[in-house]
Amino acid sequence: METINDKAEEGRSDYKGAKLGMWFFLITEILFFGVMFMLYSVNRSKYPHAFHIAALEENLVIGSVNTIILITSSFTMALSITAIRRGNKMLSSWLQLATIVMACLFLINKYFEWSAKIRLGIYPASPALLQKDKGEVLFYSLYYVMTGIHGFHVLVGIGVISTMLFFTLKEKINSESFVKLENTGLYWHFVDIVWIYLFPLFYLVT
Amino acid sequence: MEDARTHITDYKTYAFVWAGLLLLTALTITVGAMHLSRYSVLICLAIASCKALLVLTYFMHLRYEGALIKGVIFMAILTLTVIIGLTFVDVWYR
Repeated sequence: METINDKAEEGRSDYKGAKLGMWFFLITEILFFGVMFMLYSVNRSKYPHAFHIAALEENLVIGSVNTIILITSSFTMALSITAIRRGNKMLSSWLQLATIVMACLFLINKYFEWSAKIRLGIYPASPALLQKDKGEVLFYSLYYVMTGIHGFHVLVGIGVISTMLFFTLKEKINSESFVKLENTGLYWHFVDIVWIYLFPLFYLVT
Repeated sequence: MEDARTHITDYKTYAFVWAGLLLLTALTITVGAMHLSRYSVLICLAIASCKALLVLTYFMHLRYEGALIKGVIFMAILTLTVIIGLTFVDVWYR
């Protein structure tokens, strides 16, 4: 019975199709984030001075630490795929767990960063913010929307990688069938790339 | 030729890419701290694009993908460039 199921499973798996499908999804994501980057650029070219002043308020230390965390989590994610393909289930599981832990650390830092801002009275449509220059209001609106949606993607990533960890431990993901984990990796690296652009635009370019 | 299904990237390659990404991060923070005004935007975005290219090529295995996936990604980036370009033309010459 089990062998028949295995054969059926084999017939249904389509490595190239699964990969292409994932890339189509990522392209919708590229366009989705791309348009927000466009809004940022247009408003920056209109209000260069206000963007300069507002970006000085950003916490460079937290931004840099989060960049290092996210790059390292991408690294462990990539390693976990090589590990499972070489049949090393436990190493792959530990690496996936490390990725999840770093994703959580990223969000914890984000929590401290946002709450420090909110304590200063800077949040969308707050009285303190509305008294500022129009360009600064736009900067902070873009900051909250873009890092917020990126943070949501990190949260979704935690859920998806946890599911993959479960599948790996159950040996649903193994050295022969690993496209689920590989596609999860693609998603996670995409989230990393978005942050690679967000970091200089909000924290560095002042 | 090897493709994405058969190629297994070794741990060492990933470690080099990771080190490269950290170096570029250090570089971009340094450039940002130098306050080069107009140029710092361009330099930081160029560094970010190098980092994105490293992630795409090695972490996302694009190096070993076929023409179909590469072509689809190229078209998406081209489309986005046209959208952003036309928007800027509208903003500047309105």
